Amino acid sequence: MSLRGGTIIIEETVSEEIHLIHRESEGYPLRLRELSGMPKSLYYKGKLPADDQPTAAIVGARMCSPYGRIQAFAYAKFLSENGVQVISGMAIGIDSEGHKGALEGKTPTFAVLGNGVDICYPASNRRLYQRILRCGGGILSEFPTGMRAKPGFFPARNRVISGLADLVLVVEAKEKSGSLITASFALEQGKAVYALPGAVNDALSRGCHKLIYDGAGIAYSPEILLAEWGIVPEESGPGLEKSNLGLETDLNLVYSCLDLRPKSVDNIISETGLPPGRAGSLLTELTLLGLARETGRQYYVRQQGAAAKFP
Amino acid sequence: MFASVLSAAILGMEVREVAVEADVSDGLPTFVMVGLPSTQVREAQDRVRTAFKNNGMRLPPRRVTVNFSPADIKKEGAGFDLPVAAAVLAASGILTPELLDRVMVVGELSLNGEIRGVSGILPRVIRARELGCRYCMIPRDNLREGRLVRDILVIGVKNLREMVDFIRNPESFPEPETEEGGEETEEEILDFCDIRGQEQARRAAEIAVSGFHNILFTGPPGSGKTMLARRLPTIMPELSFEESLELTKIYSVAGLLSPEKPLIRRRPFRSPHHTSSAQALAGGGRVPTPGEITLAHRGVLFLDEMPEFSRRSLEILRQPLEDKKIQLSRTAGTYVFPASFILAAAMNPCPCGYYPDMNRCICTSGQISHYMGKISRPLLERIDLLAEVPAVPFHEMSGKAPGESSAAIRARVEEARRIQTERYREETICFNGELQGKQLEKYCVMTQDARKLLETAFEKMRFSTRSFHRILKVARTIADMDQAERIQAHHVGESLSYRALDQNPQL
Repeated sequence: MSLRGGTIIIEETVSEEIHLIHRESEGYPLRLRELSGMPKSLYYKGKLPADDQPTAAIVGARMCSPYGRIQAFAYAKFLSENGVQVISGMAIGIDSEGHKGALEGKTPTFAVLGNGVDICYPASNRRLYQRILRCGGGILSEFPTGMRAKPGFFPARNRVISGLADLVLVVEAKEKSGSLITASFALEQGKAVYALPGAVNDALSRGCHKLIYDGAGIAYSPEILLAEWGIVPEESGPGLEKSNLGLETDLNLVYSCLDLRPKSVDNIISETGLPPGRAGSLLTELTLLGLARETGRQYYVRQQGAAAKFP
Repeated sequence: MFASVLSAAILGMEVREVAVEADVSDGLPTFVMVGLPSTQVREAQDRVRTAFKNNGMRLPPRRVTVNFSPADIKKEGAGFDLPVAAAVLAASGILTPELLDRVMVVGELSLNGEIRGVSGILPRVIRARELGCRYCMIPRDNLREGRLVRDILVIGVKNLREMVDFIRNPESFPEPETEEGGEETEEEILDFCDIRGQEQARRAAEIAVSGFHNILFTGPPGSGKTMLARRLPTIMPELSFEESLELTKIYSVAGLLSPEKPLIRRRPFRSPHHTSSAQALAGGGRVPTPGEITLAHRGVLFLDEMPEFSRRSLEILRQPLEDKKIQLSRTAGTYVFPASFILAAAMNPCPCGYYPDMNRCICTSGQISHYMGKISRPLLERIDLLAEVPAVPFHEMSGKAPGESSAAIRARVEEARRIQTERYREETICFNGELQGKQLEKYCVMTQDARKLLETAFEKMRFSTRSFHRILKVARTIADMDQAERIQAHHVGESLSYRALDQNPQL
């Protein structure tokens, strides 16, 4: 791998699958070329985001709540289904959920790393790393192969994430969060910034609320993000939430008691008045039906999935 | 002259009778002890000689030989002082050797001839009865303990003089009255009604006790995990006399009995600190003494802050949890201690304790998975029930009516246990928690719906075979509590809701 006099080289192959592209070369993302302070060269595996397709970055806290997790997944999935490329940092928490949601849609997703592209960091995301590549997406980084992440690399990585996107959605962020750095880069770069609202007493939503107060868009539904590009959402199946699921009475009682915020079984017991054993049994049934999800030990949230008729 | 008296050595939980022989013959005046006595036992000669002198009994200036038979087991402890004294007295002609025929003697001497209590009296007296001894002579301090055994005369002596008087003239010996311990109805301090809310954890606790399942409480600090665990013994059925005696034997060997109320009437609740070593839990020593897991026999072993225990200490629990006993091998032999207990463990969900409350939790995901990873999978798989103990908000804590009392819960537990005893009368097991392999198929009969539900869950949740069995066992108990013969779908459903998650759910 040699970079000396690299200006003439259009694209050099570093290894079998890792590519290196320079700022001056053809194929270097246009969105980045227009901005100053962007990396001189990019390493990537798989593909680079297409310049002519809408692109959104979904970022947020590593240690996120089930609410943020579910929303990141849902927003990313919706965007991907409507042809938006989702970009994120493949960190645990919101980033990973964003990628996972996007993989459920039909548009490739891209991860920008703070280390060499050949290193999967965090290692626990190995499967995700593979899936992104297999589904036609890409892993990119400005850092040479084999380089390990260092603290200062992450803010640098964030400027690339926002640079590559037309729009940045912050899902969950505490008051001091790396995601807010991404948002401020986005503002400097003239990108649209949206924040997902949460509960006022939730520390994980404070960063988002502050962004909204400072003028960021309120991402109260995924559709309004599409409006940024003027995309009309594809007709999806009938809204499950409103339709009667035809559950038996007790099951319905527990289902309607569930929320997007995780509730402990004790909470559910006291709200429904069901005996503890019965409540546990019904929650299991809802989980198996795909209508509830256990997000922590014996904390449940409502899941708006398709209810496969059980069994 | 030769004389022999019976005593006993304790090896683990086993009692081996030991004949203490003495011979006084011509020769240089020495005191020789043979027959593998340990240092403690060897020191008996000085205590015995001095005690004799201080009680005006003069040993003739001749050669005294004491032998312990069988000679191949090591004799430990101070309980041999008294038999040595008795044998030597008989051999030197102060007592008639025939009077010591078929008599078991145990006790420690002090220099002035007082006789002190020793541990391990109960198993020795039981052994004496089995051997058909005429009577058992033990320290007065241990008399209550010794008298727990019926059908054998047990004599408690205070000093050497009393011992000699009794052996010489058993009839004239004033019988010290030991008023029966009586039904002292001690105030039950702990009760389940102290716990408000925590419906799910209470229910899980009831299931755990009904079917003899191990249980893990998780929750933020101060939410009541320890409170719940401490109340587990209060809902367990009362000890039967046999169980009491069994436990008293263990505590006697461990030297933990109180002289006033020796009989253990309450189910033990052992809560070793998390710095406890593996030996402290399993039982340690060259000749092992009962460890915490044996002391928790027929009761509850509570491990508070489970992840703080050392890996080594936790891993030793695995075998006893399966076998309900622990086998310790030493150079001198193999010792088996009973260890049939309910394991109750408590832990925080993360180092700071507040996960998944993201407003308060300050841990990183790495810290959380590291914390959870401290408990090995094999151990976690032996815990049938997982109960979340959430923090109770103040308005609930103060507003709610007191919960159900222990007595009410215990009545239900007893009923569920009765069903199990009935079902397993032809098996070696007593409870659902002990079901294994083939027995699971035989006794966990499910309805069609239940089977379907379990199949769906198995596919969707992808748990291991062992977890599958665990769920089945708990479902069996829930069905028993419901007095249902076959396991129904909602029993399986409930059982699934307590499953200890095979892995950290969200990281």
